Amino acid sequence: MTVGTLMGIITLVFLVMFLGIVVWAYSSRRRADFDEASRLPLNDNGDDRQHGERRS
Amino acid sequence: MDATPRYNEKVVRQFALVTVFWGIIGMAVGVLIAAQLLFPSLNFDIPWLTYSRLRPLHTNAVIFAFGGSGLFATSYYVVQRTCHAGLFGDRFKLAAFTFWGWQAAIVGAVISLPLGLTQGKEYAELIWPIDILIAVVWVVYAIVFFGTIVKRKTKHIYVANWFFGGYVLAVALLHIVNSIQIPTSWTHSYPVYSGAVDAMVQWWYGHNAVGFFLTAGFLGMMYYFVPKQAGRPIYSYRLSVVHFWALISVYMWAGPHHLHYTSLPEWAQSLGMAFSLILLAPSWGGMINGILTLSGAWHKLRDDPIIRFLIVSLSFYGMATFEGPMMSIKTVNALSHYTDWTIGHVHAGALGWVAFITIGSLYALIPRLYGKTQMYSVKAISLHFWVATIGVVLYIAAMWISGVMQGLMWGASNPDGTLTYSFIQALQATYPYYAVRLLGGLLFLAGMVIMAWNTWRTISGPHSVAQTAPATA
Repeated sequence: MTVGTLMGIITLVFLVMFLGIVVWAYSSRRRADFDEASRLPLNDNGDDRQHGERRS
Repeated sequence: MDATPRYNEKVVRQFALVTVFWGIIGMAVGVLIAAQLLFPSLNFDIPWLTYSRLRPLHTNAVIFAFGGSGLFATSYYVVQRTCHAGLFGDRFKLAAFTFWGWQAAIVGAVISLPLGLTQGKEYAELIWPIDILIAVVWVVYAIVFFGTIVKRKTKHIYVANWFFGGYVLAVALLHIVNSIQIPTSWTHSYPVYSGAVDAMVQWWYGHNAVGFFLTAGFLGMMYYFVPKQAGRPIYSYRLSVVHFWALISVYMWAGPHHLHYTSLPEWAQSLGMAFSLILLAPSWGGMINGILTLSGAWHKLRDDPIIRFLIVSLSFYGMATFEGPMMSIKTVNALSHYTDWTIGHVHAGALGWVAFITIGSLYALIPRLYGKTQMYSVKAISLHFWVATIGVVLYIAAMWISGVMQGLMWGASNPDGTLTYSFIQALQATYPYYAVRLLGGLLFLAGMVIMAWNTWRTISGPHSVAQTAPATA
């Protein structure tokens, strides 16, 4: 096997990995977790305006 | 949720305030060297005031002192808030060490660069003892940041932390690999690489400083402060995940576009160009994701000058990341390379994207750090926004015109093959645009002075709104 073939295979592996990430990110099973994660900046405690009560 | 964790806000406050301070210093030096290009006698024949020594001081001050301190401040704030955990290693004062160590490295730059001490690598000019200090500070930064993620109380690692984490790791790698030098004295050293390999390593570093320091880090800022200020979650969280992996996979390979038509092998140049073109996709994905966070709440763009800073920064990000791939195409690069167009491109990114997102984030952050509901003067934020926007537009428009004109004049030839214009003719033609650029830079600096005044009035205010009347909002 030449270096060129090896590099081609490596490129293909990376491409498949990336497509795997896309499929994983867009699968409906991730939806609930992602919704929860996306609210993290809005729910962080210590923000006096919205969460003042929580501190006591 | 149980008791509020002990957040380290002192180090965030320190970094936030020095961000404003170094912003003014770095941009003032930029204004001075812009004036020197127009009036060369402004170096007063003093060696340490010459353009060649102040230019690296300007770039180091705005990128690493202003941008770097802003990234430290926001990453420390965001990682604590989104992990519901205080900074790791506070018992050993690790975060405080990164603050004082980073300031010491900046002061080292402010002294050594005007003295003419340099490694001669763009954006990596600092001499080896300062490089070692930076490496140590950075490793401690990584320990604090990732240690905090490890001890998080939340289930998820919020996407902003992925971007901040990618930036921390990549910058450590870039800085250490590009700075491997063999010292010949306390102030001088030689790189271990030579020739085209040295150039390739340098621009692998240089472009990834753009990709990871000036992009991934500030995208971390964007993914926290845009949703926070808009009061709604990011438009598409799944897109942000894909954005992260695509961006960090592709950026690493784009560096050779800085070396088109040099002795770098042809295939490496083409590779750099191809990856630069692909970069358009993740860049625009991220931009659209940030801007669409406002969809359904566009009125906030009119009502809230902080939102305006954040969203306009994304517009400039979109412009700069369209322009960049275009300039990396070899035929376009044949016109643009070594002209002012490059300077205009860099400042569309550095002023329009990096400075705007930092300024917007700081306006959101500073009141929170000092127990206030908002900045002392919201009108002053609005004034800052317009002054800065006009400044950026004047700056980049002047450099576009001047750059394209330079490229055309340098390349023009007579039927007999001789050059139509001498270099000095092209230089003379750029003078009016250098004046417009100076005006743009002055306006941007004026905006930072307004910010410093507003910050000072906010933190020295007689009473804290949030503490006296927590229930009003």
